[in-house]
Amino acid sequence: MFIFMLLFSRQGKLRLQKWYVPLSDKEKKKITRELVQTVLARKPKMCSFLEWRDLKIVYKRYASLYFCCAIEDQDNELITLEIIHRYVELLDKYFGSVCELDIIFNFEKAYFILDEFLLGGEAQETSKKNVLKAIEQADLLQEVRPAPLKP
Amino acid sequence: MPAVSKGDGMRGLAVFISDIRNCKSKEAEIKRINKELANIRSKFKGDKALDGYSKKKYVCKLLFIFLLGHDIDFGHMEAVNLLSSNKYTEKQIGYLFISVLVNSNSELIRLINNAIKNDLSSRNPTFMCLALHCIANVGSREMAEAFASEIPRILVAGDTMDSVKQSAALCLLRLYKTSPDLVLMGEWTSRVVHLLNDQHMGVVTAAISLITCLSQKNPDEFKTCVSLAVSRLSRIVSSASTDLQDYTYYFVPAPWLSCKLLRLLQCYPPPEDGAVKGRLVECLETILNKAQEPPKSKKVQHSNAKNAILFEAISLIIHYDSEPNLLVRACNQLGQFLQHRETNLRYLALESMCTLASSEFSHEAVKTHIETVINALKTERDVSVRQRAADLLYAMCDRSNAKQIVAEMLSYLETADYSIREEMVLKVAILAEKYAVDYSWYVDTILNLIRIAGDYVSEEVWYRVIQIVINRDDVQGYAAKTVFEALQAPACHENMVKVGGYILGEFGNLIAGDPRSSPLVQFNLLHSKFHLCSVPTRALLLSAYIKFINLFPETKATIQEVLRCDSQIRNSDVELQQRAVEYLKLSSIASTDVLATVLEEMPPFPERESSILAKLKKKKGPGAVSVTELEDGKRESGELNGSGERGQDAAAMAASNASTPSPSADLLGIRSAAPVNAAPASAGSLLVDVFSEVGPAAPSGAVNDDGFLRFVCKNNGVLFENQLLQIGIKSEYRQNLGRMYLFYGNKTSVQFASFSTTVSCPGELQNQLNVQSKPVEPLVEGGAQIQQVLNIECLTDFSDAPLLNIKFRYGGALQNLTLKLPVTINKFFQPTEMASQDFFQRWKQLSQPQQEAQKIFKANHSMDTEVIKAKLLGLGMALLDNVDPNPENYVCAGVVQTKSQQVGCLLRLEPNAQAQVPVPAAGLPSL
Repeated sequence: MFIFMLLFSRQGKLRLQKWYVPLSDKEKKKITRELVQTVLARKPKMCSFLEWRDLKIVYKRYASLYFCCAIEDQDNELITLEIIHRYVELLDKYFGSVCELDIIFNFEKAYFILDEFLLGGEAQETSKKNVLKAIEQADLLQEVRPAPLKP
Repeated sequence: MPAVSKGDGMRGLAVFISDIRNCKSKEAEIKRINKELANIRSKFKGDKALDGYSKKKYVCKLLFIFLLGHDIDFGHMEAVNLLSSNKYTEKQIGYLFISVLVNSNSELIRLINNAIKNDLSSRNPTFMCLALHCIANVGSREMAEAFASEIPRILVAGDTMDSVKQSAALCLLRLYKTSPDLVLMGEWTSRVVHLLNDQHMGVVTAAISLITCLSQKNPDEFKTCVSLAVSRLSRIVSSASTDLQDYTYYFVPAPWLSCKLLRLLQCYPPPEDGAVKGRLVECLETILNKAQEPPKSKKVQHSNAKNAILFEAISLIIHYDSEPNLLVRACNQLGQFLQHRETNLRYLALESMCTLASSEFSHEAVKTHIETVINALKTERDVSVRQRAADLLYAMCDRSNAKQIVAEMLSYLETADYSIREEMVLKVAILAEKYAVDYSWYVDTILNLIRIAGDYVSEEVWYRVIQIVINRDDVQGYAAKTVFEALQAPACHENMVKVGGYILGEFGNLIAGDPRSSPLVQFNLLHSKFHLCSVPTRALLLSAYIKFINLFPETKATIQEVLRCDSQIRNSDVELQQRAVEYLKLSSIASTDVLATVLEEMPPFPERESSILAKLKKKKGPGAVSVTELEDGKRESGELNGSGERGQDAAAMAASNASTPSPSADLLGIRSAAPVNAAPASAGSLLVDVFSEVGPAAPSGAVNDDGFLRFVCKNNGVLFENQLLQIGIKSEYRQNLGRMYLFYGNKTSVQFASFSTTVSCPGELQNQLNVQSKPVEPLVEGGAQIQQVLNIECLTDFSDAPLLNIKFRYGGALQNLTLKLPVTINKFFQPTEMASQDFFQRWKQLSQPQQEAQKIFKANHSMDTEVIKAKLLGLGMALLDNVDPNPENYVCAGVVQTKSQQVGCLLRLEPNAQAQVPVPAAGLPSL
């Protein structure tokens, strides 16, 4: 299970945070600070996994953004890397060649896409088509009152 | 400006974000944010009702500000209002705000739950999903209370849309994790298992996470999932790469689902049904075969997805640990990865091989990769990979390769990263001990360890080498010779001096025949290090010197000279001074026979688990080692020093022991056998004190009364707490009766088994106090708390306290704990009001010696009037105003209620603030 996911820039600016376990704001800030520092200090060719406290950290850099996830001890690191990649693909498809600015200005969309993809720290829907379909349907609903659908 | 403005653009928000990004400094940013916050606050407070769009925009701005790292303390109400908007995006932003900024404000939670309830019953799947996402994101107990019974219904209802089912499954998982007691198993559980057969792959993917979690907790109820999972896995593994359409990822069919299925199977033993098992083995073989096939794509995503499944399959093979053929194949596959160009794969292969090394079927196969692993330890550029290599070497070590592995680890230590040195040192020390065939090799290894990484050699390590040398006489001469040589180095680590001092003090005679290491040479060598050492080491050396006097009478004059000099007998450190004085006296007064008895060679240490192992377990995390083991380690270290040092816990346990344990290591190690009367009078008192601490206190027999005193003046609080257990107390007293509620909280995530408690009244107390308790449940789940009620009756006055003994099993180890229950005589006080005249008349009547007690004591805390008053009231008596002519004094009266009689009591407390030494006088009980 995912414990949390952080997106931050090369300068260490946090762009997105998602926590799947209840933690105090103070604790969240401490974890973020510590991890951003640790990950940014690592060299490019190093491996994408590290042990941190009793969790595993899996991270990957895409252009100027780092995607960094914490998973539990028995979780699979490689599949987590591909969860990250699928999320990047989803963002890319939705925004059309995504860049850091898209996530800054449309942070709420980034959250909505993540919620469709991962829920409660587990994969909810891994099909790219299905996730984007859900988001696009929601976008269509925007200002019209939706008629209740028949079951 | 945003590159894309898809969906509903909120122009105001985009402008605000741009402004923030254009701020040149942190101050400018804060200024801009404060301006915005003021603006939003006034908008929210304004008379004009805001339209939904503005509300959404402002709530979104607040969210953005929060995500920048600023605190947000308003806007929650507006967000809650958005939840009931019938415009989707407004609702969505409302839910997002709630998910990110949950507030435990109960008023709001009720409103939020209401909105969720409406959306769940709306039958609009998009709204239902939003509501379910919110529950899954917040997952609070209040939400579990409100929805834990509703969500299983949504999940298994025939007419629920697939997307809603997916959200419902994971939502339920979250609630089950936060409040397992509220999610009740029922008719729905069997239907959930059958979701593994669902046509929609997304539904299976979501449901399997829930099923895995439920299976771990209730394996029997869910065991039908095994055959379902095997057939699902089999279908995926044998499908062509295009069969699963969008669930195929870079030519790998359903990698996420495959991993999860393999994970689920790891909750169970191998299937008993032969057909199911055969099918599963076939799947595992196919997965292993596919790893050998040429890749269908050069993309890293393809190989990652494929290998993710492979590693999960290997985990399952290791979990079963019953198929030698598969285990060896897995090992060979990992062996290939050890030399792969992808760092990630090398890392994972090393990690996975560690578990393979512990299987009897694959241990030998793992060992064949030793050269590659040693090479990884030497050449990997990433410290986390090197760490894995060191772990694997440790895991694959056995008698056949121990010398090679230890040598490699030692040479790696010279350049190892600081972050992993301590752990490496512990591992080397453990391997050297575990696989020592001849102990001279062991001694060499540990001394090398101290030489190479002295700073990282913890006390446990050098204590252990001494224990082993003491216990094995075949290595003592070699040890003495080797430390003697090691000490010749111009710069040697202080730990080396400690080991050297101890061993030469005990066994220096074994090498004294050689003129190159004659007694005087040995002494001069040790003493040449003396001035560079810290106080504890110097204390140890002084003890070595007195041992020298016994071993080599010819050194007596020289050593006495050293002890006599001012820098020793007048040393500003009290411990050193005391040792110098006592040893000097001992050596000049005691006869040779007495000296020989007092300074006899250390007796062998009792064999027990290595304290180093305990330390390594501790390093690996508090959950990995039980308290008993830790305590063992401490006791052991205490014992090595003979009598002095002791862990704090142990000290607390030996509460009856009034003397303060010596802070530095005491080499003498004199036990109860030593003749006290032989010691000179001046040293006698100290020696007696030392003697009184005979060996370490056994934890089971000792009573922990840490918390006891704190409860004299209060009735509720935490009585005891350690890493595993917390015990809280609530108590109430009336007349001669009392009731005490004990709350036992399991702080771990693991169940306590055979949990039992007994309350006993030792000695006379059984005739004075009557305590009755009901037995408690024998199982305490991880994180759970159980309660026990004690009924207490005071028969007559008493002075001891009842004892509470707690026993339970935690991860196999028996825990045994005894506490003093805070039942003191003052709990049965009934306050009594009386006038001044009355008071003093009675006071004067109580003049016989057995009727009064007086005590003068120093205040430990500042004498704040209110604090003292609170304490006295807590004692249970009435605090009488305007009774004592001196207003500074405190006067109390009360009656102790026992079954047999009532005892009136008066008390006076006279603080003396000026002298900082208060002189309170208390007239105490009258009969």
